[in-house]
Amino acid sequence: MSSADLTSERDLPPEREASTKGDIAPERDGPRDTGMDDVSLHRWLARTWRTPPGIIGALSSVDHKVIARRYLITAFLFLCLGGLNAVAMRIQLSGPQRGLIGPDLYNQLFTMHGVTMMFLFAVPIVQATGIYLVPLMVGTRNIAFPRLNAFGYWVYLSGGLFAWVSFALAMAPDVGWFAYVPLSGPEFGPGKRADVWAQMITYTEVSSLAVAVATIVTVLKQRAPGMSLDKIPLYVWALLVTSFVVVFAMPAVMITSTFLILDRLVGTHIFNPAEGGDVLLFQHLFWFFGHPEVYIIFLPATGMVSAIIPAFARRPAFGHLGLVLSLIAVGFLSFGLWVHHMFATGLPKLGASFFTASSMLIAIPNGVQIFCWLATLWDGRPVIRTPLLFVFGFFFTFVIGGLTGVMLASVPLDLQVHDTYFVVAHFHYVLIGGSVFPLLGAAYLWFPKITGRMMSERLGRWHFWLAMIGFNAAFFPMHIVGLWGMPRRVYTYPAELGWGNINLFISAGAVLFFLSFVLFAFNLVHGALRGTPAGDNPWDAGTLEWATSSPPPSYNFARIPVVTNVEPLWAERGALPVASGLRVDARELIISTVAEAHPDIREKSATPSIWPLLAAIAVGATFLYSIFTPWAIVWGAAPIAVTLVGWFWPKGDPEDEE
Amino acid sequence: MKRLASIAFATAIALFLQGCAGWQSALDPKGPAASELAWLIWFFTGLCAVVWVLVMAALAVPLMMRSRQHAEPLALDAGADSRKLRVVMVAVGLTAVILVGLTLLSFFANRTLAAIGSDAALTIRVTGHQWWWEVRYEDATPSRILTTANEIHIPAGEPVRLLLTSTDVIHSFWVPSLSGKLDLIPGRMNVLDIKADKPGVYRGQCAEFCGAQHANMGTFIIAEPRAKFDAWWNDQLQPAAAPTGDEAKAGENLFLKRPCVMCHKIGGTPAGGTVAPDLTHVASRQTLAAGTLTMSRGNLAAWIADPQGVKPGSHMPVVDLSGDELNAIVAYLEGLK
Repeated sequence: MSSADLTSERDLPPEREASTKGDIAPERDGPRDTGMDDVSLHRWLARTWRTPPGIIGALSSVDHKVIARRYLITAFLFLCLGGLNAVAMRIQLSGPQRGLIGPDLYNQLFTMHGVTMMFLFAVPIVQATGIYLVPLMVGTRNIAFPRLNAFGYWVYLSGGLFAWVSFALAMAPDVGWFAYVPLSGPEFGPGKRADVWAQMITYTEVSSLAVAVATIVTVLKQRAPGMSLDKIPLYVWALLVTSFVVVFAMPAVMITSTFLILDRLVGTHIFNPAEGGDVLLFQHLFWFFGHPEVYIIFLPATGMVSAIIPAFARRPAFGHLGLVLSLIAVGFLSFGLWVHHMFATGLPKLGASFFTASSMLIAIPNGVQIFCWLATLWDGRPVIRTPLLFVFGFFFTFVIGGLTGVMLASVPLDLQVHDTYFVVAHFHYVLIGGSVFPLLGAAYLWFPKITGRMMSERLGRWHFWLAMIGFNAAFFPMHIVGLWGMPRRVYTYPAELGWGNINLFISAGAVLFFLSFVLFAFNLVHGALRGTPAGDNPWDAGTLEWATSSPPPSYNFARIPVVTNVEPLWAERGALPVASGLRVDARELIISTVAEAHPDIREKSATPSIWPLLAAIAVGATFLYSIFTPWAIVWGAAPIAVTLVGWFWPKGDPEDEE
Repeated sequence: MKRLASIAFATAIALFLQGCAGWQSALDPKGPAASELAWLIWFFTGLCAVVWVLVMAALAVPLMMRSRQHAEPLALDAGADSRKLRVVMVAVGLTAVILVGLTLLSFFANRTLAAIGSDAALTIRVTGHQWWWEVRYEDATPSRILTTANEIHIPAGEPVRLLLTSTDVIHSFWVPSLSGKLDLIPGRMNVLDIKADKPGVYRGQCAEFCGAQHANMGTFIIAEPRAKFDAWWNDQLQPAAAPTGDEAKAGENLFLKRPCVMCHKIGGTPAGGTVAPDLTHVASRQTLAAGTLTMSRGNLAAWIADPQGVKPGSHMPVVDLSGDELNAIVAYLEGLK
């Protein structure tokens, strides 16, 4: 990337800077990148933005790419663990009356499978992808609140360890990922198992809220000059909408789990009908989070589809505005559907019918997205590579999941299939078809950016076909066995109901599907070690992350690009115009205006610090302790306060002293 | 023991009910509600299949096309894009029309279902317990109120009103060949109307996860002609049959002295526990432990000797009995027709 002359509108206007930072004496200001040659610019920036060496240095890192890599690897490991849970369950269910796994272990297995896949895999991995890509795509040097972001990772890690150590100690939750009261309440959920569920929720929600806040601020305030709202890439839009959904949905589940802990530990009766509490309140609160949760997982995946299709259809997405408005509409509507998880609780029929209508309604913006993607693909002959194959897999499966979702929206129909394997099939089509397949496509798409090497295309095709066949073999028959009357969450079933053969078939498909992930893992490792070097932009894609080297340097961009099009690399084939004026001896970012992305002020970005890790340890220990006594909150407050003071201790910057 | 019991159970049931495949299936309706729902399921499925095929065809078009790739991704054909916009608009419009249609269809199906039980003469209160069903037949005459467990006899061809509640956790009552499911929620009462067109045995099971033995919480709806049903009710109202033979008499004594009596009720004896199934006519039922075992002398013995092996986690405790004592109790219970 070379420096281009900027119009005064695009450049950082010195007078505005003076107005915001008028009292900074020029001599206290460090060297700027304006006019600096590339070699010394690189030297300065590499020194300023590097992650410190050594173990302490690594633990102090606030580089969004480093944190995101950790998130991605951790989430992938949890995916494998959750997958092993599933395989164990499928072996037990492969025939009637199998005695391999008893009810106690089986109930822990399906609870851990759900909890792991939802809270430790799906949400973290879509957010992690965003942590890596959003700052690159909007052309900034780090995510907003980088220390909060690092803190989020450590809290997530401790929550995941907490859950899985509990499982190793045979005290994992056994009440389902939804943990309905009274089964999880003090009377029917003895021991610490339900407490583990409640606090694990708290860990992971704290971390995803942290990431959501950082993402929102990054997208709204740190976009490269010129990236007005209409030029924000669709993937970034998807992450922005998702982050808002997280901010509004997650508190509901934190309240749910806190109420549950209060009932269990403090002796409140919030959910106890004998004392005037209400068991359905739990379900309302849980699903007020639980339904948006599905879209928290799905919306970023639509962003990935919107990134993959233009790159391989060789044109910008058709109906960009329609796609953005659909994302926003889905974000809003996702809060109006929660009751369709509760049709069988005997709600008033007219009220339930409204939720049929709203559940049907959300199919419209989703339909708009599907049609716009198809229209994009109609233009010319797409380049068929592994990422696009997975998008085809997404269409094939997600449309089935969406259509069975329309079936479930109907109150009477839902009463036959609710809590049966039909629903299990439906949401695996939605979550795996709608989210995991785009994620796998995204892995093939962005792997070269992250590692600098390509994954094998040949293995990728094998992976795709194995995953498609395994997935459909495992999950399609579940629709049928559900209609044949097989309920969910049963550890065994009698032979005479005739479900044996179809379950054996399902189990075989599940093993095949699991093997596809083994192949994927091999392709990842093989690609990282032996893959062909990728170059900056191996797919000739149009968005900003492809403008920098692969893998990107710690400072992302030597010079901040100026955006002129929604696909800037296609619009500026020669060299991107760039903005200058940032200091090179300190971590500085451009803060731009929300709508037009005019460069507004220069802002410090936080330096590496060990305190987020220490704060996460203090918070994690408090949460852990709090499953034993409510006083943990009191005793835990002191170490948390100490670590937060360390975290926010003034650095002596002139800016801090203003 | 557990293996033996389950093998015995499996083979016995398989022989007993051969040819009954689909007796717990939403696609094999045996009553008006399930028929309406099965029709709805097939209609939705058919329509969804058509939509899916259309979307896949739209996806296949660009793959089949021989057209060339874009050389320059930003050089777009404005005319082609505006034609595409029209196609997308039409597709969105059709989607909306289909969805409105399905919403109305579902609304009217709901009304049809609500009308089924409006003239129900018989009311049965079903209370969910971990992991069995308490069934109480309501009647204006208190002496005709009948309490039994797990098997629900109903007159065929007549609507029956079920009042659903629970005393512990949430359960869900679901007999797919007769009707959709409805939850049993502590502190609440739900109303489900069912009707079986013809006499028969229809299996159902708990559909809301309710703990360790959620998988073994089966129930049976036994629809009979009205006369047979009335006769059954009258039989069930009788106190328990007095034991015949020394072994059965010893069994009754043991039952009343041992912890059994703390939980179970046997009409006509001092046993009056209400936290476990009423055993007054236990031997007249087809299964034991909520559909876990078929009713037989061997299975009764297996269930009493090793409840935690047959149904791990169940609230039936192991009672320390010698072989003779076990046989005596089984002989007694076997006589409670």
